[in-house]
Amino acid sequence: MHALHEVLHAFLNLHTFTLAMPDVWAGFQVNLRMMVVAEVLVLVLALMIAVVRGLPGRGAKPLRALAIAYTDFFRGTPIIIVAFFIGFGLPGLQLGFISNRSFTTYGIITLTLVYTAYVTEVYRAGIESVHASQRAAARSLGLSYGQTMWYVIIPQAVRRVIPPLLNDFIGLQKDTAIVSVIGVAEAASLSQQFSTQNGDFGSYLVAAVFFILITIPLARFTDHLVAQREGRERAQAF
Amino acid sequence: MRGVSKWFGELQVLDSIDLDVAEHNVVCLIGASGSGKSTLLRCLNLLERVEEGEIVIDGQSITHERVDVNVLRKKIGIVFQAYNLFPHMTVLQNVMLAPRKARGMSRDDAEGRARQLLHRIGLEAKADEFPDRLSGGQQQRVAIVRALAMEPKLMLLDEITSALDPQLVSDVMNLVRELADSGMTMILATHEMGFARECADTVCFLDGGVILEEGPPGQIFTSPREPRTREFLARVLEAEKLA
Repeated sequence: MHALHEVLHAFLNLHTFTLAMPDVWAGFQVNLRMMVVAEVLVLVLALMIAVVRGLPGRGAKPLRALAIAYTDFFRGTPIIIVAFFIGFGLPGLQLGFISNRSFTTYGIITLTLVYTAYVTEVYRAGIESVHASQRAAARSLGLSYGQTMWYVIIPQAVRRVIPPLLNDFIGLQKDTAIVSVIGVAEAASLSQQFSTQNGDFGSYLVAAVFFILITIPLARFTDHLVAQREGRERAQAF
Repeated sequence: MRGVSKWFGELQVLDSIDLDVAEHNVVCLIGASGSGKSTLLRCLNLLERVEEGEIVIDGQSITHERVDVNVLRKKIGIVFQAYNLFPHMTVLQNVMLAPRKARGMSRDDAEGRARQLLHRIGLEAKADEFPDRLSGGQQQRVAIVRALAMEPKLMLLDEITSALDPQLVSDVMNLVRELADSGMTMILATHEMGFARECADTVCFLDGGVILEEGPPGQIFTSPREPRTREFLARVLEAEKLA
């Protein structure tokens, strides 16, 4: 009982909670920046790779293979390993434009590479879920392959995959803490720093609260979208 | 169309089909499900690849290697059994999309033309609705004018009333009749024997991927030569009586 009391006291201490707040908040702003930039990049890049993966014809085979290799590699590699590759590898290359970036930038690159691979699969599922007759209708009207994708298939696909896509973004938001391993001064690393300096774990609770405060609304919003869609589909069925 | 054949894997679905369609003519393809009617239509605008034989439209062969399918398809409209309207666009946007993007029409021109077409089918008031707010018959009429908006020279109608409730069929068929009267060249795969009898210039009976019998509706419906045709018509007429 005593041990439990000790642990609880170390984590749940209102005094250190308020004390740690400014430091952790400063770090969390870095998390927020990484989230937003990575999410925007992921949205665009993943769509491009998903479309490349679906290109028809023998001529596009090398491109398709490249897209498959990309998603296989980055879905299969733990994000912490990718972070090491990027954070320690790119600076070592001594290429002016990519080797002298901040840790935050390397963090964003890591998150973008990994989550683009996940979201590519989400988009691909969405594109494949649009019935072939939609493609036939668009092509038979004289629209080209590209026009058919852009005006007919992708808008329908994206609408369908918004919930799973937001789910992946919740994962991305939390994984901004992992890239602290390459030296990004974000909420998790700053709370660790605070804790070693003060011999108290209250700062971790602060970081947890920040993360929860932004993921819970996103999770509820995703639930809301799913419920809305189910309602609409039921209405159509009757 | 000369000696057109088509296989799905091992299964031959079209077997050396010969068919001539004159301008302004209406040809009805009749026959049981699986007889090859739909496949024939889909071959005509290259939604399906023809493996043997040649198709010539408007003096141009469409079956050789270097055909630009996008150019060809602008001349041929097709309407499907399941309407296939784009559910994320309004009725107006459905009709405007291809003229704007495939023919490069300005937004104003395309919209003017789309509204005029919708007016013609009495659905102008639905222009800004999404397709799922329309009845099946209304959706199918929108699908027809969506194809017409490209000003095709040939219309292919693939069992366009098969998914409709009986009371909605006549709305759609009246529009098709109007088109026939206006001189549109059309090939229909259909189960509407009344329409075929009344409006077709030629009726083709397909059976097992072959045009078994071809002739003016008067002959096909009153004195079919082939026993299979006779059998099919008897069954269809029986079913119509029951309905």
